[in-house]
Amino acid sequence: MKKRMTLVAVMLLVISLVGLFAAGSAEQKTAKTEIQFWTWRPEDVDFYNSVIADFEKANPDIKVVQNAIRNTEYNTVLAASLSGGSGPDIFQTRAYGGLLTFSDSGYLENIEKWYPAVTNFPEAALGGAKDSKGNIWGVPVIGQTQLVYYNKAMYDAYGLKVPATWNEFLNNCKVLKNKGVTPIANGSKEGWIVETMLGSVGATFYGGNDFFNEVVAGKTTFEDPRFIRAIEKLGELKPYLPPMYTGVAYTDMQAAFFNEMAGHFLGGSYEASYFKSQNPDLDFDIFAMPGEKATDPRYVSVYADMNWSLNAASTKKEAAAKFLAFLASTEVANRFIKDLGNVAWAPGADASSSPFIQKVLELQKTSTPYIFLVGFRYQQPTGSALFQSAGQGFFAGELSAAEVASNVQRGIATYYEPFQK
Amino acid sequence: MNGKSLRKTGTILMFVTPGLLIVVVFILMPLLMSLFNSMFNWNQLIRAEFVGLENIKKLFNTYPYKERFFNALGNNLRWFVLTMAIQNTLGLLFGYLMARRILGHEFFKRVFFLPVLFSIVAVGFLWGLYLRPNGLLNAALAAVGRTDLQHAWLGEARYATLSIIMVNIWRWIGFPSLVFLAAIDSIGQEYLEAAYLDGAGEWQVFWKIVFPLIIPAITVITVLTIIGSLNVFEQVYTMAGLDGAPNYATDTIGTLFYRTAFGSVDSGSPEIGIGSAISVVIYLMTFFFSLFSIIFTRSKEVEL
Repeated sequence: MKKRMTLVAVMLLVISLVGLFAAGSAEQKTAKTEIQFWTWRPEDVDFYNSVIADFEKANPDIKVVQNAIRNTEYNTVLAASLSGGSGPDIFQTRAYGGLLTFSDSGYLENIEKWYPAVTNFPEAALGGAKDSKGNIWGVPVIGQTQLVYYNKAMYDAYGLKVPATWNEFLNNCKVLKNKGVTPIANGSKEGWIVETMLGSVGATFYGGNDFFNEVVAGKTTFEDPRFIRAIEKLGELKPYLPPMYTGVAYTDMQAAFFNEMAGHFLGGSYEASYFKSQNPDLDFDIFAMPGEKATDPRYVSVYADMNWSLNAASTKKEAAAKFLAFLASTEVANRFIKDLGNVAWAPGADASSSPFIQKVLELQKTSTPYIFLVGFRYQQPTGSALFQSAGQGFFAGELSAAEVASNVQRGIATYYEPFQK
Repeated sequence: MNGKSLRKTGTILMFVTPGLLIVVVFILMPLLMSLFNSMFNWNQLIRAEFVGLENIKKLFNTYPYKERFFNALGNNLRWFVLTMAIQNTLGLLFGYLMARRILGHEFFKRVFFLPVLFSIVAVGFLWGLYLRPNGLLNAALAAVGRTDLQHAWLGEARYATLSIIMVNIWRWIGFPSLVFLAAIDSIGQEYLEAAYLDGAGEWQVFWKIVFPLIIPAITVITVLTIIGSLNVFEQVYTMAGLDGAPNYATDTIGTLFYRTAFGSVDSGSPEIGIGSAISVVIYLMTFFFSLFSIIFTRSKEVEL
């Protein structure tokens, strides 16, 4: 019995050693460094494959293996593999609080060390990649803008003009409603949609950067009349939302807009390429929400959406950094603009291939940070979580604007020091 | 120990070890790990200092954890009460009717059980479509001229949890029906015949003879309902998302746990300490409620 066990053990040892040597010689033969590259965009696998192909052509000694994980599961999978000491060499990271989850845990390389040119990126982009001490943990990729989409063909057909004031906007909605068209596609079934509506509509009414800077510094609170007024303005949209809008989900909203059943869509610049792909004939344009007076500044809310980061535990950082530099190049940024319709941050990126992005950049001249994501999504309960749920209560008629504001304020004050003074 | 008994022990070990390993690795270890993790402060994904029961205390005492937890637990309670009251009562009725061999009972047996075999994600997705404002249910209401009864079923706090529970009952009712049918079928015909000969009516036969004899089946279904109601997750996740939308109306301790421990893409970062504390509480509740209901119903069992 004992003899047989020894025999089995020896055989196992031999087999594993043979395997080891075989692997070693195979590696020697190709002499390629293989790096793992993760994204949360299964939709864009082809796009990244073509980017990788170009990179590999210029760097024949490096092989990039792409792995796309579903958006909703990405953070969990990434966290599990990084905390297990493994994980990809180079990967997409979220911006703001979602990035700090990984950088504070010590899983990321300080990116300035590997790509010094990152400091040339615009400040609005770097805001999503920095921690409170100013360390940069990722190369910003794209930015998003919350604004108003409108169906241009409908505007032309019903003789409407791009509104110069809030009342003109409501009036346009009224005309569309009388014509039997849903004026605004949005619903409140998903909380994050409620937050995007604040980004598209609210910023103009709470007064953009003045309020943002004051509330971040703790000089005012969310119970400020300006913020309550912004929520009340969202309430004025209720008659123009779809019937039973509390049950209308994101995909229903998108379909209503690209199928030309709704006249407006309050949302992010990331929608445009999807709208176009679903209905190439859709004639739409964008504007920033006007205020009470035509002279009021019209704000769009802007945020950084995605970074490239390096794994601190990677054994192939040199190769990964080469790929990082390629991803951060103007060349790839231009492809983000052209192929994906995204507003890419890289300095020198050329938006002339996309009139839509040129228009977004034009609107960005009066922009303010997307308030809860940029300022208050670092600790639980996040400003986003608080506003999204209370906002649903508001659209359902269960909470007043003042109650929404006080819910948000109370939740954030449990940890946010400037509110505790 | 002689050679023979050693060999016997070896044989027994050989059969027990694989199962034991699975239980230890996939059930005991994660359980102990969550208990362990719940006793630490966490700096993002890194375990920091030991804090003992501080996370559990925080869960029960501080805003907003306390409000979120008891709101979610209240919804789990609704799941339990409504599932017991509607699904299991109807299941008992269906089981009894099928055992009485009503017309088409073989057909009903299969039809009732069919949805149990469906994937929960597919059921959630499809019913999510049916319950949309312009979905099948509202269209049916419009077709019979009752537009006044139309609602945003998953978007109104009043109806959202109720709607998801109803979908789950639709999916799962075949299971208690079949268990009760089998239990009633196993009662000897002679007892029922004797009762009928003695002049007992249908109602009396059911309450005095059938019901006491199927208590073991009722125990099983009750325990499964308790466990199921405390572990509700997929149904809510597929139909209302992780955030307990709208405004926490559909939140359960399962979704609250997931959101807290792993974070939610659209709203926030993970808090592993508190999340682990929630998972420990879920485990303890499931254990004690199941134990309690087994003891309680066992005392009601009768032997023939």
